[in-house]
Amino acid sequence: MTEQPSQLTMVGAPDGHEGQGFFATSLEKVIGLARANSIWPLPFATSCCGIEFMATMGANYDLARFGSERLSFSPRQADLLMVMGTIAKKMGPVVRQVYLQMAEPRWVIAVGACASSGGIFDTYSVLQGIDKVVPVDVYVPGCPPRPEQIIHGITQIQELIKNESLRRRHTPEYKALLASYGIE
Amino acid sequence: MAVVTSELVLEALQNRFGSALLTVDYPYGMLTLEVTPEAIPEILRFLYDDEILRFRFLTDLCGIHYPHQEGKELGVVYHVHSLENNVRIRLKAFVPETNPELPTATTVFRSANWQERETFDFYGIRFTGHPDLRRILNMDEMSYHPLLKQYPLEDSTRTDKDDKYFGR
Amino acid sequence: MSEKNLIHNQSLPDIQDYNTLNLGPTHPATHGIFQNVLKMDGEIILEAEPTVGYIHRAFEKIAEHRPFYQVTPLTDRLNYCSSPINNMGWHMTVEKLLQVEIPKRADYLRVIIMELARIADHLVCNSVIGVDTGALTGFTYMFQEREKIYEIYEEICGARLTTNIGRIGGFERDFSPKVWAKIKSFLKEFPAKYEEFMSLLERNRIFMDRTIKCGPIDAELALNYGFSGPNLRAAGVDYDVRVMNPYSSYQDFDFAIPIGTQGDTYDRFMVRHQEIIESLKIIQQAIDGLPEGNYFGKVPEFYLPPKEDVYTKMEALIWHFKIVMGETDIPVGEVYHAVEGGNGELGFYLVSDGGRAAYRLHFRRPCFIYYQAYPEMIKGSMLSDAIITMSSMNVIAGELDA
Repeated sequence: MTEQPSQLTMVGAPDGHEGQGFFATSLEKVIGLARANSIWPLPFATSCCGIEFMATMGANYDLARFGSERLSFSPRQADLLMVMGTIAKKMGPVVRQVYLQMAEPRWVIAVGACASSGGIFDTYSVLQGIDKVVPVDVYVPGCPPRPEQIIHGITQIQELIKNESLRRRHTPEYKALLASYGIE
Repeated sequence: MAVVTSELVLEALQNRFGSALLTVDYPYGMLTLEVTPEAIPEILRFLYDDEILRFRFLTDLCGIHYPHQEGKELGVVYHVHSLENNVRIRLKAFVPETNPELPTATTVFRSANWQERETFDFYGIRFTGHPDLRRILNMDEMSYHPLLKQYPLEDSTRTDKDDKYFGR
Repeated sequence: MSEKNLIHNQSLPDIQDYNTLNLGPTHPATHGIFQNVLKMDGEIILEAEPTVGYIHRAFEKIAEHRPFYQVTPLTDRLNYCSSPINNMGWHMTVEKLLQVEIPKRADYLRVIIMELARIADHLVCNSVIGVDTGALTGFTYMFQEREKIYEIYEEICGARLTTNIGRIGGFERDFSPKVWAKIKSFLKEFPAKYEEFMSLLERNRIFMDRTIKCGPIDAELALNYGFSGPNLRAAGVDYDVRVMNPYSSYQDFDFAIPIGTQGDTYDRFMVRHQEIIESLKIIQQAIDGLPEGNYFGKVPEFYLPPKEDVYTKMEALIWHFKIVMGETDIPVGEVYHAVEGGNGELGFYLVSDGGRAAYRLHFRRPCFIYYQAYPEMIKGSMLSDAIITMSSMNVIAGELDA
């Protein structure tokens, strides 16, 4: 805590044309930048990872400084579905319904070993990973993952959002992905 | 006023329910009685109402499966606790797999309600007289009772884990 | 204040049509996943139908397939806000089965860890009661204090939340000086910060108006429903497993059992508050009276020999092999052991058939048992009161479903 950081790097501006009082870049990059730095997450916290998420939102690790200040518990107003904790087979349809209620563009992050692959619960009642019911963008391993890891997951999502093409949601590959989950 | 001990409880039960008590044991210091299933509500009611014994707290109710005990495969284990006297006892009742029925304890203890539903969910033991006997923790559509010894732990329909590597 | 009495005292109107409101299973991130379908007349709840099992992970079935020391991470995930208590309870159950003597030093160290876990659990519950009444500030402050407790756990066992702390037989190493420094600084700084949090809520007019007479339960009904822990003590019954059946040298410590009078939300809040104060006293007594001695008991069946011995002595190597490959002799028998968890009497009923894994392991989970009373507690109250009642009962989904 007492040593000065040797090099401080600010978030770089995207490629573009700079001039006196203006900066020109492509629309995609501007929208990507805006979306990435103002994610409204939906914390779908089911078990222990939820408590680690509460610690991440707390003052010590502070997820809000990355733009996720406003947690939304309504899927209609959320961008990022954060599934934290074990999803049992009984809960699978609920996750799917919440995912369907979100509007495009939407991203999904599976926090914790249980959400990624069933975790230590290889049993008859646990869904072995939420990617069996919804398409997932980022997986954060850990049981539970440390808050730093959860923040790393969020920054990975931010990278994805920044570099996402505006046409992505209309491409045939994306439609095929959703169709493979039975979502049209 | 005699201090209530496990021996006193055993004596009182033997005087009242002599024929219903099948075996008596003291594993690790706790009086454990195996009783006939039909006698369970009466025994619990006797222990509850008796002014000296006062077993007014149902600590635990769970099921157990011994597939090799002929005619007594499924069992229900009750732990009751007398708070004023600080005595705990354990009651066990066994029923056959072909007809796993047992009278309910909800007439004496309200806390038996969900615990009996859980036992039904896991073992298929039916409690006659229960107000609402249906599955509680597993999905309603589940077709089998998972904690019976013949069923495996893992879901056999899962695709991503190869049993060969997991040593199963 | 008088309107509140009126709502609870009036008999429920006999109307044919009512609203059905589905509460859950996805709540805002504080409570865990369980569902309540409410039949309501306007704001007043007529009937509630709970559904649980949305996070059923089949712990009891898993425990039949894992050796005893691999069950500890499972017990972590029961009441995950206070996982050390679950771990210690399980270790004590196995030690009871093996009939092992644990040295006093290990007992005292266990007491320190368990009381820290109890403080952590009650902090979550009390701050969440505050959040549900609208007071979000306390939550942020108290989670900062929980970070201090997490740092203590991390120094001892390496994990923050699901700790898997200790071993069957005691601990794997003694507490280092850094641990003692952290515990002592916690004991020095926490009371003042906790005072700050309580001053926001304890005599706050709005908080008291919201929580007094909200979701009451009387002692007789609570006992019949199998309540235990702070919820039962708020109803007026002073049943604490630490006093009734002392374990881990709790009889050496001098602490009071706080009880309430009406069993309503304010009583539950205040009982947990007082228990935090008592836990701080217990930790201080444990540090002051810590005896010298070994930090582990003699448990050759499960306690791994020290690594230096395993690499140099033949006997230790053989024991290590036997323990890890599961060829040790475990007695046949059944044992029930209960500890005072954050929510009440957490019991472990273990039936052993001499094999490597338990034949049957049943967790007596306090949350599962007292949540049955919830529909009766909220009948006739308003929706916002039902929310506060639920959060004051401290229902943790991991313990509810196992």
